[in-house]
Amino acid sequence: MSTNLVWLALLMFAVTYPSRALGLLAPAMDRLPKVVLDYLQLVGPAVLAALAAVAVMVTTEEGGSPTFHVGVEWLALFLCLGLVAWRKNLFLGLAGAVIVVVVARNLGLA
Amino acid sequence: MSTIAFAGAAQFAAVGYVAGGLPWVAIALLTGLLNARHLLYSASLAPWLREVPRRRRAVMAHLLTDEAYALTIAHFRRLGWADTRGYWIAAIAVTFIPWNLATLAGVLLGGQIPDPSRFGIDIIFPAAMVGLAVGLITGRREIVAALSGAAIAVVVALGTSASIGIIVGGVVGPFLGLLVPARAAKEVAPLGTEASAARYSMPGAHYEADGTAGEANDRPAGDEPDR
Repeated sequence: MSTNLVWLALLMFAVTYPSRALGLLAPAMDRLPKVVLDYLQLVGPAVLAALAAVAVMVTTEEGGSPTFHVGVEWLALFLCLGLVAWRKNLFLGLAGAVIVVVVARNLGLA
Repeated sequence: MSTIAFAGAAQFAAVGYVAGGLPWVAIALLTGLLNARHLLYSASLAPWLREVPRRRRAVMAHLLTDEAYALTIAHFRRLGWADTRGYWIAAIAVTFIPWNLATLAGVLLGGQIPDPSRFGIDIIFPAAMVGLAVGLITGRREIVAALSGAAIAVVVALGTSASIGIIVGGVVGPFLGLLVPARAAKEVAPLGTEASAARYSMPGAHYEADGTAGEANDRPAGDEPDR
């Protein structure tokens, strides 16, 4: 393995750690007003949903601009959402999503 | 890289950047942008972890990922108090160790898998994010925040880049969620209450009838279940 990549990893750590640590270590963060706390309670659902939506709806070819993607991944995601909401079981949701994608791709539907 | 940077999405992106011959300064900038969402995570966890010694929080920060955050915040909110063991389990046992072992397995065996997409591996990350988001939804505010965050993220990502879209969606979505009046939020088993603890009961977790749970000092300021 190239040792150059270790230096790159250290560089990536250097630019990532501050954003991870700032909120946890900044002294004023534990005395936030209630409206800010209410806001922060909503960060989780918003960011996680944003991550999922962008992952399945936006594709970027190498060197190209982002494009809207419609595919079987949507169905898999909705199935996962439904299963988790219904059975309160994340593993079941993940298994359902993977099965839908695998079946569709192996049948040439996606 | 999986141990030092420990940032899944950024690592995937870095592979493409390195292969594309992008300068390291550009890779660093893009990595910083891609991981800026962690600021939201750490700010969100801060009120819960204020009693944890600073040095320990500094270590916790390195282990803060999408998955660790989602599992931890759901765990804290269900209990109504900061169970730091839950953080370590989510961050180390569930995320850090498997991620590094899987990286090693990929290095050693990845070349023997002809087309990983046929196994649906790429759907696991977004499906996990959706499933974890569902666990955090207890009322209309969360639903509005999640749906608007997702929609905004996609629109912005199409116009700019995925990283920027995720950050904008994550920042603006909660604002729109807050527009839902508290009386219309329709909270089901508000998090941090006895009803929530009963609904999401976990081994070793209990909620006292007087509204206290675990160590009272771990309860975040202003986190009264009044919505």
